Amino acid sequence: MSQTTEYTPKTDVGRIANFVNQRTGAAAAVKEFGRKIFPDHWSFMFGEVALYSFIILLLSGTFLTFFFDPSMAETHYDGSYVPLRGIEMSVAYSSSLDISFDVRGGLFMRQVHHWAALLFVAGMSVHMLRVFFTGAFRRPRELNWVVGGVLLILGMAAGFTGYSLPDDLLSGNGLRIIDGVIKAIPVVGTYISFFLFGGEFPGTAIIGRLYVLHILLVPAIILLMVVLHLMMVVIHKHTQYPGPGRTEDNVVGFPVGPVYAAKAGGFFFVVFGAIAAIAALFQINPIWNYGPYDPSPVSAGTQPDWYIGWVDGALRLMPGVLGDFSFERNVAFPWGHNTFVFNVLLPALGPALFLLGLLFAWPWIERWITKDNREHHILDRPRNAPFRTAVGAAGVVFYCTMWAAASSDLIATHFHVSLNDVTYWLRTIFIIGPFIAFWITRRLCLSLQRKDRETVLHGREAGVIMMSPEGGYSEKHEQLNEYKRWRLVSFDTPQYIPAQPDEDGKITKKEKRRAKWSKFFLEDRVAPVTPAELAAAHDHHEVEGGDHKSLGH
Amino acid sequence: MKALSQRRRSPLAVFALLVIGLLVTGGLYAVASGSVSKAQADETTQTVNGSVENGSKLFAANCATCHGLAAEGSDSGPSLVGVGAAAVDFQVGTGRMPMQMQGPQAPSKPVQFDEQQTADLAAYVASLGAGPAIPDEETIDISGVSDEELANGGTIFRVNCAMCHNAAAAGGALTRGKFAPSLAGVSEQHIYEAMVTGPQNMPVFNDSNITREQKKQVIAYLKHIEAQGSPGGQALGSLGPVSEGLFIWTAGIGLMVAFTIWITSRHA
Ligand code: HEC
Ligand code: HEC
Ligand code: HEM
Repeated sequence: MSQTTEYTPKTDVGRIANFVNQRTGAAAAVKEFGRKIFPDHWSFMFGEVALYSFIILLLSGTFLTFFFDPSMAETHYDGSYVPLRGIEMSVAYSSSLDISFDVRGGLFMRQVHHWAALLFVAGMSVHMLRVFFTGAFRRPRELNWVVGGVLLILGMAAGFTGYSLPDDLLSGNGLRIIDGVIKAIPVVGTYISFFLFGGEFPGTAIIGRLYVLHILLVPAIILLMVVLHLMMVVIHKHTQYPGPGRTEDNVVGFPVGPVYAAKAGGFFFVVFGAIAAIAALFQINPIWNYGPYDPSPVSAGTQPDWYIGWVDGALRLMPGVLGDFSFERNVAFPWGHNTFVFNVLLPALGPALFLLGLLFAWPWIERWITKDNREHHILDRPRNAPFRTAVGAAGVVFYCTMWAAASSDLIATHFHVSLNDVTYWLRTIFIIGPFIAFWITRRLCLSLQRKDRETVLHGREAGVIMMSPEGGYSEKHEQLNEYKRWRLVSFDTPQYIPAQPDEDGKITKKEKRRAKWSKFFLEDRVAPVTPAELAAAHDHHEVEGGDHKSLGH
Repeated sequence: MKALSQRRRSPLAVFALLVIGLLVTGGLYAVASGSVSKAQADETTQTVNGSVENGSKLFAANCATCHGLAAEGSDSGPSLVGVGAAAVDFQVGTGRMPMQMQGPQAPSKPVQFDEQQTADLAAYVASLGAGPAIPDEETIDISGVSDEELANGGTIFRVNCAMCHNAAAAGGALTRGKFAPSLAGVSEQHIYEAMVTGPQNMPVFNDSNITREQKKQVIAYLKHIEAQGSPGGQALGSLGPVSEGLFIWTAGIGLMVAFTIWITSRHA
């Protein structure tokens, strides 16, 4: 007999927990995770909005699979929606209608699923903007930024494949556009299209194929990416905004367990509740209005869901001809002529490749330009990185212009302006808007930084006017307290680094290019207040006292 | 620590709450204004017999400046010879005529003439040349339309009309400031007349395109979806994914921002 020094719990629950722990060692993991510190700031919670929306998508989507039939076989609708009764349609569409009208709670679940999809991608986008504008993607988090980017694309893919499932007119029109874009790819386009659709568009295979992608492949990859993403968050620890006591080596906030876990759990129900309330009150994707897919009719107001809108908008912005120049080119090849439909290819792929490419590469672009390869755990206030904030603003304007173009027809009817004018204006904004946004944002950031400097050195204007014994007037300046000042001085903003010679003492071409960018982005710079400057400013206040900034100047 | 951290957060929180307030109001406004367009008059004039003589006087006083004294047309208005009584009843009965100012499209506005005057004008224009007549009771009586016929009307609508008027008949844009209006609240008679006369940028759907029976089915369909409302809740103007996207970015994200601020400002 061996001695048993083993811990024996007293309650049943305790015994079960102990049993599980002895076989899995789960306690260590829970303890480790539970001790993670999560700083408390509202802008850190949008990742969670996306995460919880995704969980809601899994739940509501599973419900939908019980009733949805992805078959493109022909049938005659005999459900309870009168205006479609007896109409010939695919089984997929008919089963979506049944979910809407004849399955108890079905319409609600469809609406939960679809609203959650919109919130999922919107939450991710806000999250991503927060990460970008605060510089949270910098070393060591570059890889997690890339994973996040992949998640954004996967979210769009999940949404698009889902949107196509009900096989109504809208979803069919969406597929038709995709088919057009694919066919515009030179030489191989038509083959790819036939391969995807299992023959001539629309065929009878596509819904079934999209279904597999939608409920299996894409969600599985998303799940995998989410796990990777969260693991990296735990490994890297969370970033935090600058503040007293917050350094590059610590994280100030609450441990995940129990405070933060409780809050997060509560927040899940908040998100769930919000989506449920929206789904109960507001209609989304009324597929019964659109009718079954049929390649001939197109409805006014045919638009994709918002997250695909920007690509649709780019297509709408593209002119078919420019003066006499047609974007449809016939190019001679050894095997004959091939048509290049640039007015489809260019807008469908150009902006997307450009924007997503820039997004993925940005951490490395920034590092190359600033030569800043240090680890960063303290976030930038957006104004303290004027060049990055300006680039981000330019990107947002670029994206939003395309986005707006996707609703050009509605802008025209709702503001009583001509559709053609809307398109001309948006084309103009598309081209010059990002530059203007860049310039204005950078100016704005630099001014805000100057204001911060002023406040640190001279304090806040107290609004109290004092009269000296000699009769001069002056305004009292209130000094900031230590905590407030900390936030305004403890940052670091990159400087222009001229081209540096490499080991051989030569300045490479690439280095020259880097220096050019560095100059462009970083030459205008407001340096943070140094302790010496601060001390000098305070001495100055003591000597001159109330006479400083007297109104008589 | 608590008081301090809350004070530090406060200016931003106030700002964020302000923005949310604005966004939510904007979202609600978009929702509310979507349903305003439904409040349109619905009247029928068909039982009234018009007098050509009175009509000609009314015409000379109100319409001749643009359409010419004998309705032969001028630079500012087309000839009305042969457009038929239906065209007049539609144009005047929906308030489009007399046109107030030159624009891309004569919009409907409050009706200026009463039933008798409209009938007089129609009778006068009809007397100038044969054209589509005002439909009688029987032609637009949709009470006998069966469910299958109604569904067929839906198909006809989606194939022939939805590209301009939107699948839910909520309206849509055409080029250069012209638009196809929402069809909610338009009377049976005016729908019929619109099809047979093709006002402005709308094509004419004569009886060989869409038979009388089919026109009736289309009308029945439009009336049905109007009466049924939106099964899924507030329809957000029936404008499709754009209003849905706008809604999630205003009300949805706004709500989330409000909650995140609220949660992170509570301390254990
Ligand atoms: C300010 C000028 C103006 C006045 C006043 C005016 N109209 Fe018109 N009307 C027009 C124009 C312009 C059009 C053509 C609109 C279009 O098709 O774009 C038109 C079109 C019409 C049509 C449709 C013709 C068709 O081909 O279907 C009818 C019917 C009509 N008008 C009747 C009237 C009547 C009746 C009045 C008087 C009560 C009137 N209009 C007053 C300018 C005017
Ligand atoms: C090419 C686009 C187009 C098509 C197709 C079209 N319409 Fe129209 N429709 C219009 C326009 C433009 C107007 C506005 C005319 C005006 O203001 O005088 C209009 C007006 C109407 C109106 C009057 C609405 C009101 O507010 O008074 C009705 C009713 C109507 N259409 C029904 C139909 C029906 C039914 C069909 C299909 C059979 C159809 N339309 C097809 C463009 C179209
Ligand atoms: C990963 C994120 C997901 C997104 C963004 C997403 C998005 C969508 C969208 C936009 C639709 C169209 C809904 C409509 O009819 O209006 C849809 C339909 C559907 N989704 Fe998802 N979905 C996701 C995950 C899932 C999962 C995990 C499942 C199943 C386990 C699922 C099952 C379904 C089914 C069955 C339909 C068709 C229902 C119908 O058309 O009535 N989805 N999805």
